Parts: sequence; C-alpha cells; structure tokens
Amino acid sequence: MTQEITPEARKAWMSLLSTAPEARLAALFDKLDNSPDHDTLRAPETGGVMVRGRAGGTGAPFNLGEMTVTRCTLKLASGAVGHGYVQGRSKRQAELAAKLDAMMQTEAAAEVEDKILTPLRTERDAARDARAAKAAATKVDFFTMVRGED
Amino acid sequence: MYVAVKGGERAIDNAHAWLAEERRGDQSIAEMTLAQIREQLKLAVNRVMAEGSLYDPDLAALAIKQSRGDLIEAIFLIRAYRTTLPRFGNSRPVETADMTCDRRISATFKDVPGGQVLGPTFDYTHRLLDFKLAAEGEVPEAPAAEPRREPTPHVTSFLRGEDIIQTEEESDATPKDITREPMSFPADRATRLQTLTRGDEGFVLGMAYSTQRGYARNHAFVGELRIGTVAVEMDIPELGFAIEIGEVELTECETVNQFKGSKTEPPQFTRGYGLVFGQTERKAISMALVDRALRWKELGEDNLGAAAQDEEFVLSHCDNIQATGFLEHIKLPHYVDFQSELELVRKLRREAEAARVAAEQAREAAE
Repeated sequence: MTQEITPEARKAWMSLLSTAPEARLAALFDKLDNSPDHDTLRAPETGGVMVRGRAGGTGAPFNLGEMTVTRCTLKLASGAVGHGYVQGRSKRQAELAAKLDAMMQTEAAAEVEDKILTPLRTERDAARDARAAKAAATKVDFFTMVRGED
Repeated sequence: MYVAVKGGERAIDNAHAWLAEERRGDQSIAEMTLAQIREQLKLAVNRVMAEGSLYDPDLAALAIKQSRGDLIEAIFLIRAYRTTLPRFGNSRPVETADMTCDRRISATFKDVPGGQVLGPTFDYTHRLLDFKLAAEGEVPEAPAAEPRREPTPHVTSFLRGEDIIQTEEESDATPKDITREPMSFPADRATRLQTLTRGDEGFVLGMAYSTQRGYARNHAFVGELRIGTVAVEMDIPELGFAIEIGEVELTECETVNQFKGSKTEPPQFTRGYGLVFGQTERKAISMALVDRALRWKELGEDNLGAAAQDEEFVLSHCDNIQATGFLEHIKLPHYVDFQSELELVRKLRREAEAARVAAEQAREAAE
C-alpha cells in the first residue's frame, strides 16, 4: 500500500538523509520494529556530482568542483521504490537512505518519522545552532568613543 | 639506435618499501589517524579538496597521509581518483546568499545588515608561537551568543539598487567544463572561474599580489568575505524534482573595485569574484583579484600588458598538477634523448673547431 506523498515532503526527508552520519543512521535504524525485505534495483554506487556556483553569487553558472555522492535504488515487497542519494562514499548509508525513502511511502512512515527522521532533524538543527551561536559571539559591536568637548 | 634498458624493478620496489617506512616515521610515536588529519589539519584538507577539485574531507585526509604532507602530491592523488568516478550529474548553482555563515566580514561597510562576524580567524592574533600547543591539554569551550537563523544578505545587494555597481547578468546557460573539454582561448568567464578555483594557491596569490603592486592596477576592496556551509541541490531524473544531496563548506569573496569608466561602461564599481571549497580565504581573495584583472576586455579597459591580464598566461600556468607533471618529468630517465644531444653537441664542437682552424690557416696563408 502506498500513500499520496507531496514532492516537498519527500524532498525534505531525502535531503535530511543525504547528510545523516552513517553510524548514527545505522544505530537509529536498528531501533525500528522490523526492516522489510527488499530487492535491489540499483546496487549502491559512488560517483561524482559537479557542484556549480554563480559568477558574483548571482550571475551566470560556472563549475566549482565535484563532490562524492553514493546512490542506491531498491524496492520493497509492497512495491514501494526508494532512492538514496547521500554525500560521500558510504554504500551502507545510501542503502539505508533508499530503504527509509521506500518505507516512508508505506504504513511504516509514522514509525520512521518518529524514530529516525525526528531525532536526525533535531540533532542537525542543534549542531547548526551550536555553530551559529559561536559565530554570533564573534560579531563585532562597534561603539564610538565619547569625546571630551560638549 | 634504440636500446632497451631493464633492471630498475628491484631498485624501484625497494625505494617504495623504504618510502612506506619513512612515511610511518619513528614507530615509537603513535600513528596519525585520518580522523585526526581531517579534524586537526582542516585547512590542509581544505586546500587539497579545493585544488584537487573534489569535495570529500576523508579522501583528502587520506591523500595527505599518503603524500607525507606534500600537498601538491596529495592534490595529484585526488585528481587521479576523481577521474575514476562516474559523473552522476551537475548540481544546481549553490545559493551563497543562503549560506550558514561561520564568518562574514566587509571591509567597505561597517554597519552591514547581519554584522561583521569574525568567526574562527587567525586575524588579530599576534603570530607568536604558542608553546601551550606543544603540550596536550583541554580546549576551553568557545563563548556562544544568540544564534542567527535567518540568511545573511550579500553586501553587494545593498549597492545594486543605486546602479552604482556593475550587475552580474543572471542566466542559466550551461557552463563549459574544463574536465570535459580542453580549454581554449579566448576563455569565457565560467572557464576562468573554474580554472582559478582549482588553481594553485601560491600562483594565484602571486598573480593577485602583482595587481596590488601596480601591474594591471585595479584597486580592490573586499566588499565581502564569507565562510560557511551551503546545501547542494541536484535534480534527480527518476524523481522529477531536486533534492539536497549534501552540503559543502565554501569561502566566497566579492571585491569592489574603483572604475573610472571606459569607452563602453559608465563610471561605477566593478566586481571580482572568488568562490572556493572549504575555509580558504587567502585563495578566495586572490581568485577575486585575478578574476577582476582578467575582465579587462569585457569592461573595455586597456590591456596594460600585465601578466595578470593575460588569460593564456594565467590559466595555462595556474594548475599545479599540470605544472608539476611537466616540471618533474625531466628528472625521469632521458638517457637516449640525452645520448643523441651529446652526439649532436660533440659534432657541433668538432665542426666549430674545424672551422676555426680553417679560418686561422687561411689568415696565415694570406699574411
């Protein structure tokens, strides 16, 4: 059984999974009640993606350099097809991401959201906030020296 | 004459075995892990990623370990690895306006919205050796303040309203890729930027410095320098929409340059642009200065004959892997080449000597 899913929602969880640390993702995955069987449609493979920027930040695109990405596609017995695209070279992470993408299209979605996506999101936001808080502490507060004359 | 020479194999094998031992160094000292290199030599890792043109901190750390800290050798290893990767596609251009900034400063506007955020910088340190680092010790937690969660706007966006700064024409043209087709001249700006961002830091720095000293002078201010992370989005054909496939740390530098106007352009500020993988601000500032110098033609400026204005000179010589490949090959065996050169020089010397003797005899006969 698959549910109606918006591209925005799917984009959000796939994006979250792309940078989830492999060890953390595996540990959270082990907390699920069960892991459904799957057929591998595209075995995990590592490749490069050319990252682009824009001249002047806003102008015409140029090629900045590549990054490593690993992808995987699999299919659950229910028919749900999951894609994993993750940064780096971890085949395990790509496979887990693909499986979770597929499971998010089934009735397991609530459990995945609860036990995996929510903690990952919380941890990612906390890590970002911690850096942003340190950056904020290095913000310069200019002040003008009061001169003696009236 | 062709002479087959064999006999180097054993010497080469033994040299490589000794290299491995020397790489390890004194075995009574703990071996470095890749995680230690990645976390504690982060700026070296960043340079290897930027000039290796592949964002993968773990691979860069491995390359640094393997190369015994020779960063150009490490960059070579990354470039070689990069060629083995299938290309999955191209990202959408990263949105640096949405960068989560660790550092963001402007040398031109004091009270810029978002503020002057120093970040983890060497600036304002006294450059005195810190002997405390020679001993192991705990690092105190850095102070924190209320984090900024909204994006930090680009400084140049504040000048754009006045039309006093040159605008970058937005487009979605597919940029040329120097890893797919060889560079040709004249090179467009996308080609120049791709070449500069992976160019040798020392070379690009030297070129940038030459513009400051007066060769193709274009007095530059750092309008903005920002370091932080951006999300990388790619369109996924099997999905029909784009997802984030990761995030990268970038350094972006935008210079604002005095410009009196030219035959084709009104007086306004012009811009140079630097964008480099990792926390690499010396390189990003250098890139922006050289980018600006190379733009003389499109801005209708005069060619002053400066090296930094010569795109063939800059772009053909800034790649340290090309440069070192050609430079270092001359130490490899050239016995046969040299043998023929030796024969040639001996022959020329015999001829020159014969000519000298003949001339002397002719002079004596005439006297």
